[in-house]
Amino acid sequence: MAVSSYPEPEAKTAAKKGAGAALFRWVDERLGIEEILAFARHKTVPEHAHSFWYYWGGVSLFFFLVQVFSGVLLLVYYRPGVEAYESVRQITYDIRFGWLIRSTHSWAANLMVFAIFVHMFSVFFMKAYRRPREFGWWSGLALLGLTMVFGFSGYLLPMDDLAFFATKIGLEIPASMPVVGTLIADIVRGGPDVSEVTIQRFFALHVVVLPLVYVPLLFFHMWLVQRHGNAMPPAEEAKPEAERRTIPFFPDFFSRDMGMWLIALNVLAGLAALYPWQLGPQADPIAPAPLGIHPEWYFMSTFQILKAFGRWFPGEAGEVLGIGLFTLVLLLWAIIPLYDTRTHAGRRARAATWFGYFVLAGLIGTTIWGYWEI
Amino acid sequence: MSEPNTPENARKMEPVEEQPASAARRAFVRLGVGAVGAGYASAIGYPIYAYLATPAQRAAAAAAVTQTQLDGADKLPAGSAMMFRFGPKPALLIHHADGTWVAMTAVCTHLGCTVQYEAPENRIFCACHGGVYDARTGANVSGPPPKPLTQFRVEVTDGSIVISRA
Repeated sequence: MAVSSYPEPEAKTAAKKGAGAALFRWVDERLGIEEILAFARHKTVPEHAHSFWYYWGGVSLFFFLVQVFSGVLLLVYYRPGVEAYESVRQITYDIRFGWLIRSTHSWAANLMVFAIFVHMFSVFFMKAYRRPREFGWWSGLALLGLTMVFGFSGYLLPMDDLAFFATKIGLEIPASMPVVGTLIADIVRGGPDVSEVTIQRFFALHVVVLPLVYVPLLFFHMWLVQRHGNAMPPAEEAKPEAERRTIPFFPDFFSRDMGMWLIALNVLAGLAALYPWQLGPQADPIAPAPLGIHPEWYFMSTFQILKAFGRWFPGEAGEVLGIGLFTLVLLLWAIIPLYDTRTHAGRRARAATWFGYFVLAGLIGTTIWGYWEI
Repeated sequence: MSEPNTPENARKMEPVEEQPASAARRAFVRLGVGAVGAGYASAIGYPIYAYLATPAQRAAAAAAVTQTQLDGADKLPAGSAMMFRFGPKPALLIHHADGTWVAMTAVCTHLGCTVQYEAPENRIFCACHGGVYDARTGANVSGPPPKPLTQFRVEVTDGSIVISRA
């Protein structure tokens, strides 16, 4: 707080009496809380027919915080390496409420991926990636990619049979890359096959490396949101300024945000308590894969596309074409801010929207198809 | 206010004088939000507490043991000592040169370090802060320990030693 504000300004709080208000004044004088609150009250958020989608970034953040919290709790009893399965068995069946903590971590992981997908598609269709928000789009995509690596690396840690085979299969994708594929897969696995060595390095990745990369990127992403504000969809931009409505960020938008967090918490608690995450039998490197094995839903689309291409183009060609198609779509998806640059609805803007429908339908379609074939 | 506090009245009053009805409503809402918040906090807090407290509770249950049997401990040479576990805590069994047996807890009463038997001086010593105990009675002789070490009862049988709470 600036020197000129001493003695105390005629702020709202200054008039309040009592120990609480006195404590607030003491802290405020030193940290400038009132300044931040005044800023938050001054900041506005557009209010329109599609405002509902503004909350999904916040919901994703909520689930991330749940992951940090429940992850630290799991870390209290989890032991990577040879004892991994036994320690997860203890957490699930032995330690009081361990099943609930683990179930919360697993469910929140899935809900977090879901919320990020909703957030991404709503940003896409509201065209919130356009100038000057390109870096928001790219950092968001990177966060989604890292979230999926979080999911993939965390899935192995219990080392039950599903975890074992899911990791085995998943690592076949980098292994199928030309020239360097085997080298990369061997480094990631720590040997020719998934083992305790793999758990140890996935553990390091999951609890140290990924958070170290993720958290700064997340702050960068949120700083950009703060810097540029919430984007308006083209339909709102087209309206004259007088017809656009806004609400204050604090307390209006903030309290709705917290309302969404509360809903998210209730959904998470219900799922985690009523559908506790199961632990399969311990992974056995010489046992055959269990029937009906399939990846987590957020990898199902990739899995099914690779499977289908493998069927249509036998041999290596199928894999190369499948991965090629996936990479191409991902690349186009990432560079959309450079393609759809117009602020009004032009030919390119419509093409981008159609591309969005194509990707969304493709993801949902191949996912359903994948589950159909199990 | 002499008028009954009905919603109609409350609404009528609002523009003129919003004190009693809205203050009561605000207090009620505040209480309700507080109660729901406390409900959430305990629904989240209790499982976390129970989860983190599990090993401590198990150890407390293990500490309730009243006796333990040490197979083969009767072979311990005179003039030496061995460590053993009584429940979750370390304990000390001493076979004195004169053939007597003594057992006591090995947790220093000062700050909880594990003590050791020193045969040459025939004393129990705590390396952390130099506490000294009597090797026969467990009495605190010198240094910072405020209390003696708790003695156990020792029963020597053929092939094992049974230690129990005195």
